This record gives sequence, C-alpha cells and structure tokens, in this order.
Amino acid sequence: MEGGFGSDFGGSGSGKLDPGLIMEQVKVQIAVANAQELLQRMTDKCFRKCIGKPGGSLDNSEQPGRPGAGVRAVPGAAKSRAEPCAPPLPQKCIAMCMDRYMDAWNTVSRAYNSRLQRERANM
Amino acid sequence: MDSSSSSSAAGLGAVDPQLQHFIEVETQKQRFQQLVHQMTELCWCMDKPGPKLDSRAEACFVNCVERFIDTSQFILNRLEQTQKSKPVFSESLSD
Repeated sequence: MEGGFGSDFGGSGSGKLDPGLIMEQVKVQIAVANAQELLQRMTDKCFRKCIGKPGGSLDNSEQPGRPGAGVRAVPGAAKSRAEPCAPPLPQKCIAMCMDRYMDAWNTVSRAYNSRLQRERANM
Repeated sequence: MDSSSSSSAAGLGAVDPQLQHFIEVETQKQRFQQLVHQMTELCWCMDKPGPKLDSRAEACFVNCVERFIDTSQFILNRLEQTQKSKPVFSESLSD
C-alpha cells in the first residue's frame, strides 16, 4: 500500500508522501470534477431548451453534428414534437445556449461571491 | 521511518497542518462551486437562450441568488431555534 501511494503521489519510492504533490493532484482532480459537473448540467439544460423531449426518434432536421443537418427546413416537423428553440438550427441554439449558460454561471458565481463577502463584512 | 510514514498515511490532515489547511480551503471552494452549479440550474431565468444575456435575465439571476441564500439562512436559523426548544430532532420536523 505504501508503494502504491508513493508512486501515485510523488513518494519516489521512499514511502514518504509529498504534501505538495498531493495538493497539486487533488487540485487537478477537483478541477476535473467541476468541469464534468458543469458539462453535465449544461448539456442537460441545452438539450431541454433546444431539442426538448422528442416524442419519437429525432428526425433529420434535429440531429446535431450530422453534416448539413438542420439546413433543410422540414415543413411541419416543428409542430409534431416539443417546441424547439427559436432559431431554426439546433446547432446554433445549442451554441448560444452554451454561451448563455456560461454567462449565467459567471453571473451566479459573482453574485454569490459578493453576497459571501457582504456576510463576512457584517459579522 | 515506518512510524512517520504510517502516521502520515493514517492521519494526513492531523499530522501536517499545511495539508489540513489545504483540505479546509479546498472543501470550502468546492462547497462554493457546488452551490453555483445548483443555483445556475435552479435559477434559470431564460426561456430561450438569445445572443447575449440581457440585463433583465442577469438581474433575475442575481435576485435568485440572494433569495436562495436568504432562504438557506432562514432555514438554518429556524431549525436551530426549534432544536433549542424541542431537543429531539424528529419532533421539531413534525412542526
């Protein structure tokens, strides 16, 4: 167990744990976890906003990533499922949604931070 | 050598104050991040994402954050109060 720990966290075989390296590793892992959380929530939100909950399978006009997908207007397609986002191209909707999500995230982060500082100042 | 490495493995935070502090700071940062994630989703103030975040949506987000913190504080305080008058946790919940 000592060897395993040491090799992962910069013990360099001596069995001693290097706090500096552990901290760096942990910071990286935390950052990755945060990025994953952001990605998951953003994807969920933008899927709901741009694609909604399709009744059946996604038809041609709503498969993002397919070359040329969404360029052809499929008449009547929009009416047959949950309303898509205002722009006709789901890719544009998704891209805008991603940007707005980040804007929102930053706004919330700033607001929360200000509130915390205010609370600390009042204590 | 064995005792020091085993004690640092067993009580990482307890032995090394630098690590202890690091853990505290990172934990706090994580709590902050988690709340931002939650509030961003909870407070979603846009029906359809547009080309930019307009000022009304922005104000809406800010308001929601403030309300959320207020709510959270209120809940904590009230829970504390009801805990004091009725020490048994389950009793206070049935209020």
